[in-house]
Amino acid sequence: MKKLLIKNGLVIDPANNIEEKLDVLITDGKIEKVTKNISNSEAKVIDADGLVVMPGFIDMHVHFREPGFEYKETIESGSRAAVKGGYTTVCCMPNTLPPIDNQAMVEFINLKSKQVGLIDVLPIGTITKERKGEELAPIGELFKAGAVAISDDGSCVANSEIIRRALEYCKMFGIPVIEHCEDINLSADGLMNEGYYSTLLGLKGIPKAAEEVIVARDIIIAGEVGGKLHIAHVSTEGSVELLTWAKKKGINVTAEVTPHHFTLDESMLINYDTNYKMNPPLRTKQDIKVLKDALKNDIIDVIATDHAPHAELDKDVEFNAAAFGIIGLETAFPLIITELVSTGILSLSSAISKITINPARILNLKKGTLTVGVDADITIADINKEIEITEDFFGSRSSNSPFIGKKMKGSIEIVIKNGKIIYNKRILK
Amino acid sequence: MAFKHLIGLQDISKEDIETILDLAKSFKEVILRPIKKVPSLKGKTVVNMFFEPSTRTRTSFELAAKRLSADAVNLAISTSSVVKGETLLDTVKTIEAMQIDIVIIRHSVSGVPLYLSQRIKSAVINAGDGLHEHPTQGLLDIFTIREKKGKIAGLKVAIVGDIMHSRVARSNIWGLTKLGAKVRVVGPSTLIPRDIEKLGVEVFTDVEKGIKDVDVINILRIQLERQKKNLFPTIREYAMLFGINTEKLKLAKPDCIVLHPGPMNRGIEISPNVADGSQSVIEEQVTNGVAVRMAVLYLIGGGKRDEETSY
Repeated sequence: MKKLLIKNGLVIDPANNIEEKLDVLITDGKIEKVTKNISNSEAKVIDADGLVVMPGFIDMHVHFREPGFEYKETIESGSRAAVKGGYTTVCCMPNTLPPIDNQAMVEFINLKSKQVGLIDVLPIGTITKERKGEELAPIGELFKAGAVAISDDGSCVANSEIIRRALEYCKMFGIPVIEHCEDINLSADGLMNEGYYSTLLGLKGIPKAAEEVIVARDIIIAGEVGGKLHIAHVSTEGSVELLTWAKKKGINVTAEVTPHHFTLDESMLINYDTNYKMNPPLRTKQDIKVLKDALKNDIIDVIATDHAPHAELDKDVEFNAAAFGIIGLETAFPLIITELVSTGILSLSSAISKITINPARILNLKKGTLTVGVDADITIADINKEIEITEDFFGSRSSNSPFIGKKMKGSIEIVIKNGKIIYNKRILK
Repeated sequence: MAFKHLIGLQDISKEDIETILDLAKSFKEVILRPIKKVPSLKGKTVVNMFFEPSTRTRTSFELAAKRLSADAVNLAISTSSVVKGETLLDTVKTIEAMQIDIVIIRHSVSGVPLYLSQRIKSAVINAGDGLHEHPTQGLLDIFTIREKKGKIAGLKVAIVGDIMHSRVARSNIWGLTKLGAKVRVVGPSTLIPRDIEKLGVEVFTDVEKGIKDVDVINILRIQLERQKKNLFPTIREYAMLFGINTEKLKLAKPDCIVLHPGPMNRGIEISPNVADGSQSVIEEQVTNGVAVRMAVLYLIGGGKRDEETSY
């Protein structure tokens, strides 16, 4: 029997309303006990005094680029990035080449994830065949093979009838339909938020309406036909208002926000730095304020990174030609601590729920908690320790991050997966 | 001189703009002489990199460089390695490795001159980037206005047309407002970019109101393909609502001057009578363009001040 004992840490387990100094005993990869003053002579001991002990983080929105774009990221390099960020489970989006739109592709992801053997990389299948938005993908087949959700992320399902049928059909499997909300006629050729800064810079704007009309459409459809709708990367005040309305009406909709959308705004594009180019685009300071309030009021349930690795040759080019997106796994936790917890917007427990139990519930995973008997996926962090983000800080194969050179609070110290220490910045006793 | 590159009129001070305008005045005298050449930039190499078609701006820069005795090279981009899949930065660095002092760049993507100025050693002059800025056009427009009106401060200037897609409008707005003009932008509401008022201009969608009592009208070229994007219904309707003809021109001050950066769509945004009329300064803009570009090249290329006395 392999035992690991984490002593004297501040245990945060939002699912069980735990927020106190406790010990955690792990036996054979499972949580055995979470109480005060556990002593066990067989166990290897981690002294977590002054540290926070949390369920391993879950990111329900990453792009690991494999297969097809291995020069940007692989399941292996992405897994390393995840571990450095405190994540023990991630869900990878299916906009690979070929896309994850059939059973064999789901099995490929599962196989690769097992071969790497660091964390759980769970596949998300496509909504439509080849992500073309024309015909439903074999959703039942994807589900049986292990897809935890479906999404055409990167593209919006333009046809309202198809999103209706996807929501209806997925009711059989209980998996969420994750929508990338973007009316492509409104956003066509757009490069950044439409407003003063797009006028100043002479860059084609993406109006907020491009996102909001699809959020509105989808929640209205979900209200009528049911199903589990999840809105990816919410970026505007209007989307939050629509979600507020939908939740009040009891429509089964959940939503996520990325750390960059609650941290950065459009004004930062002033030097045409392509590391601020994302889709949806960075919006205004007012949108940031509303997004933070929405996290506080649980209108937004989840913080997801939309980790989007791109190589230098995709980013160090003319602004129009540059790829959208930034990496996010390694900087998510420090941004959550610095922007949301230190500022008093979210309690530590509420913040942690957005990257643990909330995504676990949406995806029907027995994860995101330290309940006795579950897999011992645990992240231990020092929330007061300042870290500086440098280019070699990243585990990712890419370093397209606007946060390089920034100092933030919140350092991931130890990561445990199935009872095994997979990342450790400290010396064990 | 407080700048190494010229990216936009947003980035340079009122004093720098005035320095350029004053110097352009003496260069204008030079180019009106029978011998139009001075030795200021002898031994310097200037390369014109135009990634977008242009005849007048490219020729203007080329003549400006040659009249300063610099060696000027034109890069024919359509036949260059860009089509072979080389990156923009590699293309520019390759040319730079041939020991270039000044790169003049026109590109269809906003931000490219700034991007290059951060990555190469040569000085960069923006000859128009996307929808962003066209600083030498802004300077030559302002030079022309100042020459005709004797001042800029207090003048009412209307910029009429497709403001949204106009780098000329943006450079004019920055330069003119810095020098104290009251700038109005006039155009269909679909072609007025969001929050443009924050740049310190007044917005008009009614052309009659927009040009009433103004000292200057700067008419922008309308790109006919905008119609296909539903930004206005028909060319005919655009000409009817926003085309400047002699009737409309009467609403402006009697001594109002008319500018157009060219090339003109006669009969659409400007009627032939106005284009060729007594209030038009369109041809002089072209002459002034060479003088203004000489001033910019001289200042950025490090021309010797004391040579000025020998002009």
